[in-house]
Amino acid sequence: MQTAKLQAGHVHMVFTRDGKSTPVLDDISLEVADGEFVCLLGPSGCGKSTLLSTMAGFLSPTSGEIKIDSEVVHGPDPRRIFVFQERGVFPWLTVEGNIAFGLFHLPAAERRQRVAHYVKMVGLEGFEKAYPPALSGGMKQRLEVARALAVNPDMLFLDEPFGALDSITRLVMRGELLRIWEAERKTIIFVTHDIDEAVQLADRVVVMSARPATIQQIVNIDIPHPRDISSPRYLELRDGIFQQIGLAHKI
Amino acid sequence: MNSLVEPKKWEKFFWPMLTTAVFLALWHYSVVWTATKIFPSPLDVKKGIAELIHKNVLWGDIIDSLRRVAIGFGAAAVIGIPLGLILGWYPAANKVVNPVLQILRPISPIAWIPVAIILLGVGDHAATSLIFVGALFPIIVASVDGVSNVPSVFRLAGRNFGLGPARLLTRVVFPAALPKIIVGLRIALGIAWLVVVAAEMIAVDSGLGYLVIDSRNSGKRYDLVVAAMLIIGLIGLILDSCFRWLEKIKSVRWGFRDES
Repeated sequence: MQTAKLQAGHVHMVFTRDGKSTPVLDDISLEVADGEFVCLLGPSGCGKSTLLSTMAGFLSPTSGEIKIDSEVVHGPDPRRIFVFQERGVFPWLTVEGNIAFGLFHLPAAERRQRVAHYVKMVGLEGFEKAYPPALSGGMKQRLEVARALAVNPDMLFLDEPFGALDSITRLVMRGELLRIWEAERKTIIFVTHDIDEAVQLADRVVVMSARPATIQQIVNIDIPHPRDISSPRYLELRDGIFQQIGLAHKI
Repeated sequence: MNSLVEPKKWEKFFWPMLTTAVFLALWHYSVVWTATKIFPSPLDVKKGIAELIHKNVLWGDIIDSLRRVAIGFGAAAVIGIPLGLILGWYPAANKVVNPVLQILRPISPIAWIPVAIILLGVGDHAATSLIFVGALFPIIVASVDGVSNVPSVFRLAGRNFGLGPARLLTRVVFPAALPKIIVGLRIALGIAWLVVVAAEMIAVDSGLGYLVIDSRNSGKRYDLVVAAMLIIGLIGLILDSCFRWLEKIKSVRWGFRDES
């Protein structure tokens, strides 16, 4: 096997507030291969978003280290873009302005071309001059993904990106994300608390326990895309994770 | 009236016109019924305005007042916005400066008049510096508030795309804080327009404030006093409308509604 794209080695995280320290991450070790789609799955507040922020370089681990391409992560980097829930789009810029945001170092012609390409990829044609308040939740989320893809990163970190969307839009967005992932083959790390979402999307699902988060189990989802979500194998994998999470809730 | 129903076009004009008419009628009949010899009726004031326009003094006074406001308010914006951005950006600096700001802020600009006259003498500089003082604090406070309330996701996203501190400030923090800054500018302009009238009554011999005090002093011309007051009100309304119009620009409008 080739060297991993991302290596987390014995990552611990302790938050200290008012003299009280709360352990959030407990000895997390994980390897993610290049081009892999990994879901971090766990109950709300378990620390999976903290782990994602640490991987993105927004936070430094208390001990242990995160390496990407064999280099220790010391801060955020345009080669790896973090996608927040739709709140991350800039409301003072148009759709075009948002997508062009990270392209300030490019000549104008190339910038225009890339913007047009990603507007089309996420299906926002006709809305180029629109401002985010005029867009629906799903459109804002697609816009944020387009803004991330436009800088051609090799990794995407997605923090419950579809959490605020209604269930129909969420299904559509999952399909679109898979289509984009298959076209661009970015390494994707995707945080969710939705078991179905994780099993539908990921190559591997990392099941995490309640705080302090530890890795309980890593489940290989060995079903090829497009996945039949009523097949016995899908249900078997999903129910297995359900049990795992159920155990995690037991005190 | 149901507030959900979009007002019809004629209603938009009809109701304000009706209020104005009722106000003028009340004013007129109060003057008639009390048989006052001092306070002018609306007709006297109308004649007063005509006289001011005819004597060619009105435009000069309006322009002088607007010029002083433009200089004082402009200087306050040019200094206040960057200062507020820096203080909001560095909370440590804000902690140092804030106590002084909070002591100076509640002092009425009118109270600065003697100080301004001692330092700058009677004249334009005293008047514009009073406007400057009055407009500066709301602008600083609004800018600090705007910057410190920028959602952290915007800053994180900006850093993630590789922006250095200078670009982060101009391309993320400033536009994110702009709606609040515009609110501060609007409040400051209102204050500037209040202060210019007071300053002109004392420190200079031109402008609408001077017109008010001069009309009283030279022959108790209360028709001209009230005429000048109405013009002050009208121009204040126009200045405020300019800012309301600014708030409708699309790149800042998101900050004035619930949605974002």
